[in-house]
Amino acid sequence: MSVVSVTPAAADLIRSLRGRHGPLMFHQSGGCCDGSAPMCYPAGEFRTGSSDVLLASLVVDGVPEPVEFWMSTAQWELWKHTRLTVDVVPGRGSGFSLEAPDGLRFLIRSHLAA
Amino acid sequence: MTRYDAPTHWQSRYDHFIGGEYVKPHGGDYFENPTPVTGQTFTEVARGTAPDVEKALDAAHGAADAWGRTSVAERALILNRIADRMQENLESLAIAETWENGKPIRETMAADIPLAIDHFRYFAGAIRAQEGSLGEIDDDTIAYHFHEPLGVVGQIIPWNFPILMATWKLAPALAAGNAVVLKPAEQTPASIHYWLSLVADLLPPGVLNIVNGFGVEAGKPLASSARVAKVAFTGETTTGRLIMQYASENIKPVTLELGGKSPNIFFDDVSAASDEFLDKALEGFTMFALNQGEVCTCPSRALIQQGHYSDFLAAAVDRTKAIVAGHPLDTDTMIGAQASNDQLEKILSYLDIGRQEGAKVLTGGSRADLGGELSGGYYVEPTIFEGDNSMRVFQEEIFGPVVSVTSFADLDDAVKTANDTLYGLGAGVWTRDMNTAYRAGRAIQAGRVWTNCYHAYPAHAAFGGYKQSGIGRENHKMMLEHYQQTKNLLVSYSTQKLGFF
Repeated sequence: MSVVSVTPAAADLIRSLRGRHGPLMFHQSGGCCDGSAPMCYPAGEFRTGSSDVLLASLVVDGVPEPVEFWMSTAQWELWKHTRLTVDVVPGRGSGFSLEAPDGLRFLIRSHLAA
Repeated sequence: MTRYDAPTHWQSRYDHFIGGEYVKPHGGDYFENPTPVTGQTFTEVARGTAPDVEKALDAAHGAADAWGRTSVAERALILNRIADRMQENLESLAIAETWENGKPIRETMAADIPLAIDHFRYFAGAIRAQEGSLGEIDDDTIAYHFHEPLGVVGQIIPWNFPILMATWKLAPALAAGNAVVLKPAEQTPASIHYWLSLVADLLPPGVLNIVNGFGVEAGKPLASSARVAKVAFTGETTTGRLIMQYASENIKPVTLELGGKSPNIFFDDVSAASDEFLDKALEGFTMFALNQGEVCTCPSRALIQQGHYSDFLAAAVDRTKAIVAGHPLDTDTMIGAQASNDQLEKILSYLDIGRQEGAKVLTGGSRADLGGELSGGYYVEPTIFEGDNSMRVFQEEIFGPVVSVTSFADLDDAVKTANDTLYGLGAGVWTRDMNTAYRAGRAIQAGRVWTNCYHAYPAHAAFGGYKQSGIGRENHKMMLEHYQQTKNLLVSYSTQKLGFF
């Protein structure tokens, strides 16, 4: 099983955001407030670097290119025994994630790696 | 017991506050603002976009020069008058913040609003007392150092203490002579406008501008603008990094407060007597539930020494079970509502992964349904996990009323576990031995180590993070310098040439 998967509801939202904003990316946050939530940006908006790890290139039906899912390497060290599912719930977050104005917020659900 | 009525002082709609007056949003759109107490919308708020931010920046730039040239006595007087107005309206401000954020009225009445009032007074005093310096380079050469305001600064405020967090940023920025464009959190945009209704007449037009809206639509244009001299942000790591990236494009400074996973350490000697101090330490443990755990320094890891582990933990579980959940406007209520639905969902996702990882639930562990009108609100039971520091519930800021407990053998072991985290914002140390307290406090890699206390936030105690918890120190006069330039005049009082040419 892949490290990161996407629920049907999250896939719908990704397709919708792709239509409005072009190619997308995720970076998983940590820390306070909206921390521990995945941030969705236009691809390239957030500059990843040597302190980040690419966890998955998500294939979403109806989205022409893979959607990269990134996390800081230090955080992944603490998460690597779990597998992540991108879901979506009503909410508005507090970062710069693209879906917040829709009244929706991406959310990570986790389970232990087999 | 007193039960305050739901506030009625809200306007039905809040626009942007720009140049001393309310201005409709450029895009014409508004978003609903629900109270987490019941989940019901109580006002709507302008949905800001880049043109609104530009308009606010125009107003701020128009006001910054004159404001920066006012005497420190005048600026201090204005800050003190703001504090006076807040003092006169303490109760209505507390009710407003409780209604918008969901926190218990006992906290807003006794902590949030009084701290905010004192913060304005502190920086009113600090700016009066601040001095430049002069250095005698040699007999004829003097280096003078002057503090100058940065000009126009951008501030992005979190939702966990809507008025207090805005005050932490506003008071030093205004005292230092800057004009401000502030974006409140999209979860809690209204209480700052209620505050503004009390104090707006005290500030010259354009000195304080508030643009509401979502991060991606209003926060980003503010944080990435070349027209702000500095950006201050409290939030999480990814957005913190993104703001640093934007600032790097413009070579602007930032201050960031990005949260933590604070250890709260209880040495064996805490239980040496059954006395007031033990009682205080047990309250210190229970501080994880303050503000529903929605505090960057939530003591969300409790490290208990092995000798008294079982007894202390049993008492701590009892203390936690005694936390009174209820209507946030009831003065008996100790824990209120989480601030938003997405925050509630995130906490529940951590209660799930904690169980999957094998952490033992000692109390709580579920969403709470408080019945009646509160059924639509966002309530979580205070929860104690027992487990291992490698578990994700020990490593991530859940931002809910959840503490994860483990044991330690000795001082070195306690420090090792305490520092085994990406963050370093706060920590607590509880012991009757001053040498242990000192050694632990110095060894913990965190910006604030509460020693035999927790969750005190007085002005004049520096607050900020080590490691991934951020950059800068709020709450202290040193924050003034985060809002100031240093001007050096290097002056020669000699008439003699150097002789090079």
